[in-house]
Amino acid sequence: MTNYSESPYTLGSIDEAVACCAPKPQLKVRALSVSYGDRRVLETVSMDIYRGCITALIGPSGCGKTSLLTSINRLTDMLPSARVEGSVCFEGQEILDTTVDTLRLRRRIGMIFQKPNPFPISIRRNLELPLREHGVRKRSERASRAEQALRDVGLWEEVKERLDSSALSLSGGQQQRLCIARALVLEPEILLMDEPCSALDPISSAVVEELILRLRGRYTIVIVTHNLAQAKRVANYAGFFWMTERVGKLIEFGQCQRLFDTPAHALTQAYVDGVRG
Amino acid sequence: MLMILSKVSSLSRWNIDRTLAPLLRMAGMMCAAVLILIVLFLLREAWPLLGNGGWVNLFSDDGWYPLEGLYGLLPMLAVSLAVMLGAIMLAGPVGLGCALFLQFYAPPGLRKSFRLLLSLLAGMPSVVLGLWGLTVLVPIIALWQPPGPSLLAAIAVLTLMIVPTMALAGAAALSAVPADLVSGAAALGMSAKSRLLYVVIPAARHGILSGVLMSMARALGETMVLLMVSGNVVQYPHGLFDPVRALTANIALEMAYATGTHRAGLFASGLFLTLLVLVLAWLAARSVRYD
Amino acid sequence: MTERLFTLAVWMSAALVAVVLVWVIGDLVRLGIPHLSLDFLFAAPRDAGRNGGIGPILVSTVLIIGVTLTAALPLGLMAAVWLAEFTTRGHALGKAIRLSLDVMAGVPSIVFGLFGNAFFSIYLGMGFSILSGGLTLACMILPVFIRTCEVGLAAVTDTWRQGAAALGMTRTAAIWHVLLPAASPAIAAGMVLGIGRATAETAALIFTSGYVDRMPESLWDSGRSLAVHIYDLSMNISGGDTAADAAALVLITLIVLFNMLAQWLSDRWLHRRLVA
Repeated sequence: MTNYSESPYTLGSIDEAVACCAPKPQLKVRALSVSYGDRRVLETVSMDIYRGCITALIGPSGCGKTSLLTSINRLTDMLPSARVEGSVCFEGQEILDTTVDTLRLRRRIGMIFQKPNPFPISIRRNLELPLREHGVRKRSERASRAEQALRDVGLWEEVKERLDSSALSLSGGQQQRLCIARALVLEPEILLMDEPCSALDPISSAVVEELILRLRGRYTIVIVTHNLAQAKRVANYAGFFWMTERVGKLIEFGQCQRLFDTPAHALTQAYVDGVRG
Repeated sequence: MLMILSKVSSLSRWNIDRTLAPLLRMAGMMCAAVLILIVLFLLREAWPLLGNGGWVNLFSDDGWYPLEGLYGLLPMLAVSLAVMLGAIMLAGPVGLGCALFLQFYAPPGLRKSFRLLLSLLAGMPSVVLGLWGLTVLVPIIALWQPPGPSLLAAIAVLTLMIVPTMALAGAAALSAVPADLVSGAAALGMSAKSRLLYVVIPAARHGILSGVLMSMARALGETMVLLMVSGNVVQYPHGLFDPVRALTANIALEMAYATGTHRAGLFASGLFLTLLVLVLAWLAARSVRYD
Repeated sequence: MTERLFTLAVWMSAALVAVVLVWVIGDLVRLGIPHLSLDFLFAAPRDAGRNGGIGPILVSTVLIIGVTLTAALPLGLMAAVWLAEFTTRGHALGKAIRLSLDVMAGVPSIVFGLFGNAFFSIYLGMGFSILSGGLTLACMILPVFIRTCEVGLAAVTDTWRQGAAALGMTRTAAIWHVLLPAASPAIAAGMVLGIGRATAETAALIFTSGYVDRMPESLWDSGRSLAVHIYDLSMNISGGDTAADAAALVLITLIVLFNMLAQWLSDRWLHRRLVA
C-alpha cells in the first residue's frame, strides 16, 4: 500500500494536516427542503459546515443526504422536477438565488461521485479540460496545475508515464483519485463527496480515505458515507439523517466524537449501536 | 477568492448555453419541416387532379389511360396489394422459420453466420435483386410459362427482399419471450414443437405481427424490383403469369415524360401510396406497444 | 413424427434462404467477374455502357453521397443532440419532431424521388443535378441517422453529464468535449448506415440526379449513380447485362464494406460502454 517513509503525496503526512480547532462556519444551511415533483425527500435541515473541517453525513439510504449535497452545488438544477427551498449561505452569498452563476459556484464547490466518473478521454485532458473551460489559456499553466493536482492525490508517480492514455484504463481506485484531482485542479474551497469509497475495493478505499484525511484543513469537505467506521475515522463533525414518514430529516448534528460516543437522540443511539453491534 | 478566474467573463460562457439550445431546436424543427415540405409539394403537384373533387376519378375511372384522361389507380393498386400479399404469404412462414432457427435450432457457430447472412440479404440493394430477377429468374419462368416478367416473378423477388426483415424482427420478438416461460412449458413435458407453437410464438405474437406489418410496408413501397421483373402492363392481375404494373413502378416509368394532369396523377398516386405505407407502419408500431 | 417434420421445416426455411442468397451472389459473381477489371473501375462507359467502364459513374456516386452527407450530417447531428440532451419524455415539440421523423422513415423512396423532383429540381431550379439528387437522399437518410445518434447519446452514462456540471463546465462544453466523443462510434455507425442506404438507392435518384453518364463537371451537372447505372443497363440497354452484373458486384462490395464498418464501429462502441 502506501510507503509512509516516502510518501507520494505532496500534501504531507496525515498528522500534518491543519487541525480545525477554531471552527468558523463557511456554509450556513437554513431550513433547507428538497422535493422531486410531489415527493419531499428532505425537510427543514439546518446546519453549519465549518471551514477546513470534514463533515460526515450518515444515515440509511434514501433519506436525502445526496439531495443535500446536490443542493449545495446546485446540481439539482439538472433535474427539472427538483425543487429546493430554504437557504444555503456561502460566505455571505445566497447559493439558492436564481441569479447565482452556477458555473462559477461549482468551480468553488467541487463534487466527487459515488461511482468514479472520469471522462472517456486521456488522463491529461481530463484534468486540462475543466481548466480550459474556466479560462486558463496558457498551456504551460494548465500542465503544471494538472501535475500539481496529480501529485496532491498521489497519482503522479503512477500515471506520469501514460498521461495520454485513456482515463478509463485506470483501476477503480485510481479513477476515483483522478476524479478528486480533477476537482482539486480548479482550486475549490469546498469538496462534496457522495460515498466516494463505496464503489471501490477495500484497498483502494483505504487509499482514498487516507487521501481525504490529507485534504483536511486545506479544503472544507462534506462527505456522505454509509460506513460508520469511516465516518468516525475521518470526520470532525457528523450529521445523522433519518426518515420519518418517508421524509428525510436531520436528527442530530455535532462533533463527530460526541455524536458517536454520547448521542443525544435515541434514534442516533439505536443507529450507531445497531451498526456497531 | 471569488475572483480567481474573473479574467474570463462568466456571462459570455452563459451565453453559449443560452444560444446553443435554440440553435439546436431550430435544426430539429428544420428536420421536421422536411416532412411538411414533402406533404405540401406532393399536394401541390397533385392538385390539378385532386382539386375540385377530381380525386374521385382515381378510384372511379376505368383504368389508367393518361392519354385519354383516365386516371384510375385501381388496377395498379390491385397489383401492388397482390404482390404484397403474395410476398408476405411466402416470406411470413419462411421468415418465421428462419427466426425460430436463429433463436432455437441453430448450433452456436452456425447461428452467427446465419445472422450475418440475413443482414447481408437485408442490405442487398433492391436494384441488384431486380437485376438478378430480370436476368436469371424471369428467363426461367419464361421457359415454363411465357412471357416471363410476371406477378409471380415480382412476388418471388420481393419475398427474397422481405424475408430478412421478417426473420430479424421475428428473432427479436422471440428473444424477448421470458426464458422461464419456455422452461415452464418444458417442465410440463411439452415437446419442442408444441413449446414453440403453443407457448413461445403466441407470447411473441405482437412482435411477430409488427415484423409482418413492417415487411408489408416495405413491400408496398418497393419500386425497383417491381419495375424490373413484373412486365409493366397495366391490367388487373388475373393469373400468376400475367405481366402487371404496380403503383410504384408506374411512377418510375412515367415520370420521365408526364406533364400536366398526367404528372399530377403520378403525384397523387405517390401521395396515396405514402398514406397506405404509413398506415401499415403505424399499425406495426402500435402492435409492438401492446407487448 | 410431427416433431421431426417441424424441425425439418425450420431447417429447410433457413437452408432455403441461404441457398437462394448463394445462388444470387454466385450468379452475380459468375456473370460479372469476366467483365470486371481495374480498367472497368476507371474507364468511361462506351457504347451506352455495354463496354468501357464505370469511372464517371463512380465519381458521380461519390459526389452525390458527398452532397448527402454535407447536408444531412450537421443538421441531423444538431437535431439529435437537441432531442437527446434538451428534451425530456413529455416535451411536446420533441415528441412532434420524433413523430415526424418516424413518419419520414416510412415514406417510400420513390416518393422521395417525386418530392426531390418537384422541390429541388423544379421549384428551387436545380434541375437534374448531383446537388438535387444528393439533397433528396439527405432528406431520406435524416431519420435513420438522427435516430442512431440519438440512441447513442442517450446511452452515454449520466455520470459524465453530472461530472461535467459539477466541474462548472457549460452544457455546450460537456456536449462538445465529452458526450459527442463518447457517442462518436454510434454517430459514425449512423453515418455509415446512411451512406449504405444512399449508395443502394435508385428510385429516388432517377428523377433528381438523372441519367447522364458523362464525367460531371460540377455539382450542377446531372450525374448517374452506380445503382441507376445498373438499372439503366439492365432495363434499357440490350446486351448490357454483363456490364450490369459487374457494376452490381462493385455495388455489393461497397455495401458490404460499409456494413462491416458499421458493425465494427458499433461493436467498438459496445465494448467501450462495457469498459466504462
